[in-house]
Amino acid sequence: MLVSYNWLRNYVNLDNVTPEELAEKITRSGIEVEGIEYLAPKSENIVVGYVKSCEKHPDADKLNLCQVDVGEESLQIICGAPNVGAGQKVAVAKPGAKLPNGMKIKKVKLRGVESNGMICSLQELGLDEKYIPADVAEGIFVFPEDAEVGEPVQELLNLDDAILDLDVLANRPDALSMLGVAYEVAAILDQPIELPDENLTVDESIEAKDYIDVKIDSIENNPYYGAFIIRDVEIKPAPLWMRNYLMASGIRPINNVVDITNFVLLEYGQPLHAFDYDQFGSKQVVIRQGKENETMVTLDDQERQLNENNLVITNGKEPVALAGVMGGADSEVTDGTTNLLLEAAYFDSASVRHTVKQTGLRSESSTRFEKGVDPNRVKRAGIRACSLLQKYANGKVAGSVVEVDALDKSEKSVTVTTAKINQRLGMGLDEKDVTSVLSRLQFEFSKNGEEIIVQVPTRRLDISIFEDILEEVIRIYGYDHLPYTIPQGWVQAGGLTDIQLLQREIKNYLSSAGLMETLTYSLTNEKDATRFLTPDIEEKPAYPVGLAMPMSEEHSHLRLSLIPEMLRVLQHNVARTQTDLAYYEIGKVFVSREEKVVNQPIENLHVAGALTGLWHNHPWQQEKKPVDFYVAKGIVEGLFAHLELDVTFVQTKMEDMHPGRCAVIKLNGKGIGYVGQVHPLTAKDFDVKETYVFEIDLESVFAVHQLAPSFTDIPRYPSVTRDIAFILDNDVPAGDVQAVIMEIGVPLVKEVSIFDVYQGEHMEEGKKSVAYRLLYQDPSRTLKDDEVDASYQEIIEKVNNQFGSYVRS
Amino acid sequence: MKEELQAIESEALAAVEEAEDSQALQEMKVKYLGKKGSLTTVLRGMGKLSKEERPVIGELANNVRASITEALEAKTEKLEREALDKKLETETIDVTLPGNPVHVGGRHLLTSIMEEIEDLFIGMGYEVKEGPEVETDYYNFEKLNLPKNHPARDMQDTFFITNELLLRTQTSPVQARTMEAYQGNRPIKMICPGKVYRRDTDDATHSHQFRQIEGLVVDKNITLSDLKGTLDVFAKKMFGKDRKIRLRPSFFPFTEPSVEMDVSCKVCNGEGCSVCKQTGWIEILGGGMVHPRVLEMSGYDSTIYSGFAFGMGQERIAMLKYGVNDIRHFYTNDVRFLSQYHQA
Ligand SMILES: [Zn+2]
Repeated sequence: MLVSYNWLRNYVNLDNVTPEELAEKITRSGIEVEGIEYLAPKSENIVVGYVKSCEKHPDADKLNLCQVDVGEESLQIICGAPNVGAGQKVAVAKPGAKLPNGMKIKKVKLRGVESNGMICSLQELGLDEKYIPADVAEGIFVFPEDAEVGEPVQELLNLDDAILDLDVLANRPDALSMLGVAYEVAAILDQPIELPDENLTVDESIEAKDYIDVKIDSIENNPYYGAFIIRDVEIKPAPLWMRNYLMASGIRPINNVVDITNFVLLEYGQPLHAFDYDQFGSKQVVIRQGKENETMVTLDDQERQLNENNLVITNGKEPVALAGVMGGADSEVTDGTTNLLLEAAYFDSASVRHTVKQTGLRSESSTRFEKGVDPNRVKRAGIRACSLLQKYANGKVAGSVVEVDALDKSEKSVTVTTAKINQRLGMGLDEKDVTSVLSRLQFEFSKNGEEIIVQVPTRRLDISIFEDILEEVIRIYGYDHLPYTIPQGWVQAGGLTDIQLLQREIKNYLSSAGLMETLTYSLTNEKDATRFLTPDIEEKPAYPVGLAMPMSEEHSHLRLSLIPEMLRVLQHNVARTQTDLAYYEIGKVFVSREEKVVNQPIENLHVAGALTGLWHNHPWQQEKKPVDFYVAKGIVEGLFAHLELDVTFVQTKMEDMHPGRCAVIKLNGKGIGYVGQVHPLTAKDFDVKETYVFEIDLESVFAVHQLAPSFTDIPRYPSVTRDIAFILDNDVPAGDVQAVIMEIGVPLVKEVSIFDVYQGEHMEEGKKSVAYRLLYQDPSRTLKDDEVDASYQEIIEKVNNQFGSYVRS
Repeated sequence: MKEELQAIESEALAAVEEAEDSQALQEMKVKYLGKKGSLTTVLRGMGKLSKEERPVIGELANNVRASITEALEAKTEKLEREALDKKLETETIDVTLPGNPVHVGGRHLLTSIMEEIEDLFIGMGYEVKEGPEVETDYYNFEKLNLPKNHPARDMQDTFFITNELLLRTQTSPVQARTMEAYQGNRPIKMICPGKVYRRDTDDATHSHQFRQIEGLVVDKNITLSDLKGTLDVFAKKMFGKDRKIRLRPSFFPFTEPSVEMDVSCKVCNGEGCSVCKQTGWIEILGGGMVHPRVLEMSGYDSTIYSGFAFGMGQERIAMLKYGVNDIRHFYTNDVRFLSQYHQA
């Protein structure tokens, strides 16, 4: 809402408050002033001049030589505007004046003739092109005859105005009107308010009911409709001051009738509509719901398709306006209009909102109806408009209004006590602190012992309960007076849950391991939403969740894996020559069990990593280690070692992964994730080079993890190691043999590690040598050689039996 | 004999002093102390001595042996040290060459901010609650005093999945769920951090996905002053102990009264500058007293219980605290951005 400071002065005394101070006070009291704009910088040297004579320039056809009386002197000015003429009162920038566009006015010679100033257009005086009325958009501006010669134009054109831009939130529709703002400012400044003149002298010889009848078929959507008749109006420009205020408020003046309805809309916050009575098409206004397949042409010359959810104003035959949104083209007020049907009505906000949403039409009117108008101002606004039409359009106002009135105009009352207010605020206000705020807001109240019963004016639709009054009291009294306290009484030990702690621990580990955390979008494209699904994590089908109306194809579905968006991050960096990257992310994936989503999806927390380029790079030492499968696996193994969980890795094939370089990670026999190389074709899809990824379902980890590990004594007896190298068939996984050794060796064998893998020269075709180191240890005694030997022999024998291997000599 | 022994000693000590390598010392050890060495040779004549002389010469002989041995050891050690020094000298490297780089990872800036805020409130006795990101209309809106067709719903553009399912536009549904779970019969002190989503076109100040952190305290006799005091603690911890806060009235459907909190601008110290748009204040977060309908809907008797709630965007906090100028940086994950703020 744009609020003209000068206009506001008509209702509240602003003598002791500058626009800046006022803006600050309004903001601090609850309605944010987003900016202040001055129409034009102050200039003393631009005044009203009277064009005494106007002749053609002797040497230039398109220039005029004018003699202009500017009060104490007469200036010879050359003017190029085609509409300049003798007898006009115009805006003259005298030598020394500076125009808002920066132009400095000096004495000059044009084609040999002296020119001592400039006759200005409104644009040149600093008014915004888009608000300048069509009739004065071309050429210089001509003042009404009553303008006084020599008077500075600043005030005449309201160029000294400051425009406050108020950000009015949904709870304060009252501030979408000058009167609403005036009440607010009056309360803030503790000043009285001056209400507009609603005096009206009607023409008793005209009876509105002879001209019009009103019938409402949809009373719940339109509980009040008032039809005013104004005859014999004279269409002409509205008075200068009104045009000035409209332009300052961001509305372009059209003619006196339209301007007056707009002026009252801004002043009262009540939208009005003026129909050309003679074009209305009947003597009856019928308000009803639209019909299927019904159409109408709105003021903007668009044909609108209607349905039963649209409230429409009709002439009994066809729609003439979309109620509260926009009028129809046929009954528009034009230069030829002489008789008016003026509508002042109350339309239900939900109904108007519906039509706005459906048509996409949003107007000054619809905005106010949508948010709610003051039921007690509807008719008054109509009267105010009639009074202005009488004054500025010479209209004859009919002696009565034709109305249908089922509108609830009663005031709510809210009961408060000072004690309760203090209890909620944590303050010690006196009762008079409370009642003084109510008086400043012009809320009537009565007292009943401790109770203060507040009558809430209907302009304040946002106030209905104790807390609303509480807010009024503290916002006007001032939040700065609130003390600083901390909740007393009940105490709990705050903290993180085990699962939250574990997440932080995982972040600690991965960060220390050299990975950088990313944060990517949960929404990805439809194709990527179903990529990189962990094999056999769940037997049930997993469907992605799609948005009903995505903003773009890139962000249309919730992810089932973190990897696709992480690959996109790699791509972004690689494209910027950042080639060595190691990233991790912890975030949710969204699994639906229904193809057509109805229920909330399952949200599983995942941790994922993506690595590409070099893992180590010590260039001058020629030590370079590219990321490979075992780097990625090492990070995963380290993570589970850190979490003290035993996992196994099983060769697997999955879409989007290298068929020979991917393992499913199993915890207690259940797949909980995978690690491996991204399939080269998929990598190409994402425009990344050789890339390794892992992804783990953390919900499965949380399910088994114990946060506090128990203490194990440090062994006091020596351990014994034994090495064995098995010659195995190439396709026997070394890890399987390792697992079997462990199985056979327990409890004496504490650890089995692989320290050498060999394939190639001196090795039988299709075979490999894998060397294992076994660590024997007993926590309670020193082991004897022969028991270690016996176990060692048993292991060799059983492994050879099971895997068809033999020991390398 | 005494003279002989003294001669051997001085000869040996001089020789040891002269020796240039361990080889020479070894030879000297044999020459003076060995089985056929000069000392042994002299001592063989001990038998010829009188009973009185024997112990005197014996002690002297031992002293000479000890003295020579000591000299030999000292010289050996000295020579070894010299040899080592020489060897080490040859091992000199260029210390100005770069060391092996260590791959440093780290948390995302927003995670660091989030954990910092979490820890601050944990210290004040808050628990950390989480909830689903795909929410129902009921918890995201209705339970928060935003019935269907409420005009304030237009304030947030929502990603709907179905008529009833949506991506949460705020973390407040976690508050609603917590209140409901506690069934109106115990106090609450909680924060809820998490991702939220809105239909915004991504630009320098908007992101269709961002993170919030909200707080809720419900108890008997919670006051607006308690909110102000709590936010003051937060602001001073987050932005510096010299910062001041102020509250301005605002509007949120789930709080009444509602406030916005500004923090005094640290760039200009409240004098006014381009960062704070000349106001001296920077808007940080919104909050207010929990609307009685919100309490009632979740089973809290609003005549007994009152509460405050507040909420902020983590990105905004991070941007203000670290001077990040574009919200998209958080989601682009450019390594050159991430590594500026890493913190293990
Ligand atoms: Zn500043």
